[in-house]
Amino acid sequence: MYGEQPLFGLLNRIGTPVEGHRPWPRYRLTREGWLAMIEELAGNAWTLLGLWGEQHAVHAAFREDLAGDIAVVSLDCPQGRFPSLSPVRPSANRLERAIHDLFGLTAERTTDPRSWLDHDAWGVRRPLSDHPAAPAPNPGPYTFLPVEGEGLHQIPVGPVHAGIIEPGHFRFTANGETVVRLEERLGYVHKGIEGLMRGKSIGDAARLAARVSGDSTVAHSLAFARAVEAALGVEVPPRAVWLRALMAELERIANHFGDIGAVCNDAAFAFMLAEMSQLRERVLRVADTCFGHRLMMDRVVPGGVSVDIPERGPALLLDLVADLRKRFAPLVTIYDGKASLQDRTVSTGIVSTGLVNRFGTGGYVGRASGRGLDARRSPGYAPYDDLEFEVPVLTEGDVNARVWIRIREVEQSLSLIEQIVKRIPGVPRGLDGTTPLPCVPVEGQGETAREGMALVEAFRGEILTWVRVNGDGTIDRCHPRDASWFQWPLLEAAIEGNIVADFPLCNKSFNCSYSGHDL
Amino acid sequence: MFRHILRSLTGGPVTEAAPAPSDPALAELADKLQKAAKARLGRSLSIREVDAGSCNGCELEIHALNNPIYDLERFGIRFVASPRHADVLLVTGPVTKNMREALYRTWDATPDPKWVIACGDCAIGGGVFKDSYACVGPVEEVVPVDLRIPGCPPRPAELLAGLLALLETSAAT
Repeated sequence: MYGEQPLFGLLNRIGTPVEGHRPWPRYRLTREGWLAMIEELAGNAWTLLGLWGEQHAVHAAFREDLAGDIAVVSLDCPQGRFPSLSPVRPSANRLERAIHDLFGLTAERTTDPRSWLDHDAWGVRRPLSDHPAAPAPNPGPYTFLPVEGEGLHQIPVGPVHAGIIEPGHFRFTANGETVVRLEERLGYVHKGIEGLMRGKSIGDAARLAARVSGDSTVAHSLAFARAVEAALGVEVPPRAVWLRALMAELERIANHFGDIGAVCNDAAFAFMLAEMSQLRERVLRVADTCFGHRLMMDRVVPGGVSVDIPERGPALLLDLVADLRKRFAPLVTIYDGKASLQDRTVSTGIVSTGLVNRFGTGGYVGRASGRGLDARRSPGYAPYDDLEFEVPVLTEGDVNARVWIRIREVEQSLSLIEQIVKRIPGVPRGLDGTTPLPCVPVEGQGETAREGMALVEAFRGEILTWVRVNGDGTIDRCHPRDASWFQWPLLEAAIEGNIVADFPLCNKSFNCSYSGHDL
Repeated sequence: MFRHILRSLTGGPVTEAAPAPSDPALAELADKLQKAAKARLGRSLSIREVDAGSCNGCELEIHALNNPIYDLERFGIRFVASPRHADVLLVTGPVTKNMREALYRTWDATPDPKWVIACGDCAIGGGVFKDSYACVGPVEEVVPVDLRIPGCPPRPAELLAGLLALLETSAAT
């Protein structure tokens, strides 16, 4: 850590700034510069925020957590190869495998070269490169990591699971009841979202962004909208900024209610699920009345919002906050007071602080293990700089801590909703008495392509969305990186040494998105 | 907690009245079921949910059916853990190519007579993902579909109406 160079110090020395990238700078590196950066990464603590490809280049985003400096670095890969970041940033590995499957760019000396999203079922290889290839003639089965040892047995689970959840494959290796290794195999819900976005209008791409992960539809729409607005220098009406935050906080508490109930249900305490799911339903119904959609899908759009709350909206929302406060507190007391429940959640599925820092893991998984970052604070975005809230942090890193982070975040979000409703800028009224929607047009900038990036805090953690908008207003490249990318790998670590029966509990306490990860 | 339970007992149910079985759904089914179902299900349906590539929005609303407000089980409809226990497959998503085989195998493992519901706009027509290299498109390109419940995602009340239509028709045949 000591003697480490500032992020911009190094990049100004080894890179060339690229014009038209906002709000953070982007640097183009030479291969030597990229290698020098890897060497520097081995000795410092910069967080890898994202790694994505396009046809002849890779881009990586980094943050110096203490200073909050953020930058994107790019390397042209005319030979279709780039030096891997995974030896110095293990979180890069699956992203590199995805880049290889989609664009055919190979990460040299990567820690794991197996395919990731490509299951040999698309009928094409490297579909997003400029020379897609015919499918492999005789694709073999996916090679799982070898396991050796006495008394070990394997339990394959999925892709179709027993519950109403998304598909993915889990390969457990157990010794008796104890899990000695979990290996995840994801990619089953890969829909080709990044490919579909290419060439689409901003409006059509926004509809895709809203469907990256249904439970985070507001957050993904917001990240996409903010990235596009950053690229094109669009100023969003103040009322829209506040309405967006209102939706984001409603989405956060609805999901946390669902998760808290589901974790307890997986510990055979169904009472809590019944209660929490009623609170969740209460939130969704108010969302429906205020925004016309229970999940608030397609309500955040580039330029503003597509709907404003009705006149009785503020009263409904304040009622909601009061009602939830009254009903949530006794349930928290019950959670905290039930020994049978605590017996399952305390000290189960521990993730160490070292690991969350190495993987740059955000959200409740990071915050339950001592990593207190929140995109609403750093880098921060409006209107949160005007609002009072705390970011809860615990250090136990177990299922119980992840539940408590959610509980505390629900309380914070209720307070945020209250503050937003009370302080939101009024409805602008035109001279003719009409009330135009708080939304401004978003269009291309003529000749040149513009690039933008946004970091947004979803209920699950930090989302990064990077976008390049063509001069004609179509999308050239968009990469939405869900928080799950840096949480999934840690689930493998969390379950190690726990019993197989505790896996649902650990899994639910993470509640990673399959769709948001597979894209 | 016991005070809480006592209050629930005396406070009356939170469950809401059922919506009417949805009419277009009823019409769609009546035709198919007459040919398909000899066995009567006795107003009981076991459903296996299969996510074939959804964004998980449909799953959230399907989950809501199990909450005390919609309380699906009062109609004799319940979600089961295995296709081998199921009468109905409730399929969501634009059937990603990576899930095509898993969906087919799940259908194949479901005993006859069986029904398939395409749930949500993606399952019905591929939705916003229909032109992707990674998606098959409508569920009916992989397995035969008996009932379609549109929406993005369908509201729980709409899901309930569709399922009740299935129940009414299957009981009548």
